[in-house]
Amino acid sequence: MNIRLIGVTALLFAVPFFAQASAVSELEAKYQSQGAGSFSAAAGEALWTKEFVDAKSGNKRSCPTCHTADLTKEGKHARTGKVIKPMAPSINPQRLTEVKKIKKWFVRNCKWTLGRECTAQEKGDLLAFLKAL
Amino acid sequence: MKRKLLTVSLLVLSTAMLGMSSAAFCAETDQGKGGFLSRWFGGSKPGVAPVENPQYLEECGSCHFPYQPGLLPARSWTKVMATLDNHFGENAELPAEDANIIKDYLLKNSADGSNYKRSVKIMKSLRANDAPLRVSETPYFLKKHDELTPKMVLNNPKVGSFSNCSACHTQAAKGSFSEKEILIPNFGAWEDD
Repeated sequence: MNIRLIGVTALLFAVPFFAQASAVSELEAKYQSQGAGSFSAAAGEALWTKEFVDAKSGNKRSCPTCHTADLTKEGKHARTGKVIKPMAPSINPQRLTEVKKIKKWFVRNCKWTLGRECTAQEKGDLLAFLKAL
Repeated sequence: MKRKLLTVSLLVLSTAMLGMSSAAFCAETDQGKGGFLSRWFGGSKPGVAPVENPQYLEECGSCHFPYQPGLLPARSWTKVMATLDNHFGENAELPAEDANIIKDYLLKNSADGSNYKRSVKIMKSLRANDAPLRVSETPYFLKKHDELTPKMVLNNPKVGSFSNCSACHTQAAKGSFSEKEILIPNFGAWEDD
């Protein structure tokens, strides 16, 4: 009886991790079907911290502009001041669990930061970097 | 068994009647005239209709105060939804199916079809084809906030902008903007003299 209870509890705790694994692996498969090769966390990190110059304002933009340098901490939206929950799935298990959300924020944030959509390879690299945090 | 059937059919019947009567009331409010009840009491309902759409709350309210659709006319919302790729300098694009649901909700509940007090006043302050993108650009809003100093809003670290309704209007999320509910951070209650 007790063992069963422990088992069920352990499973419940594990649900976010399964969800993360399935959302990320679904997207990785999709990106590879679109021509991406294998993914690299190091390449993802390099892109994450790379600075881009916004064509209109001339301001420098990068992912840490809003998410800040420490991804285990809360971020702050550069313009609105909105609090952004930590990106690291180890701290915030809701991260990378929903395909729809990941897609939405890749569109918005790649366009805002890079001035264009990210390629399938770039998105896979970014996921490889973030999922290990 | 028979009793259960009776209860179920009574329930169905009463729901249907309720639907019919509210449809009759709504037919009038849709034309912006105000329903029978609100006319009887000499005006419209207080505040602005609260947000009821979960997609709108999730997609829009996760980045900023979820402005009630009754704060702007339909023509403004049409413009907002057509320019999400540059939403006040941010990219706020949505998948088409979500965007359509939200646009539909905004248009059906916009200020020009509402009989809530704030919606009516905002509409009255606009000229026929004005389509402001910000609630804070409407003449009614400007008039209501003209006594505030930069210290209270723009330079107040806990407020920062007139777009941050709920920083001072403590019941803003419920669609209520009454003066007695105002609490300006570092300044306290608003006393009009």
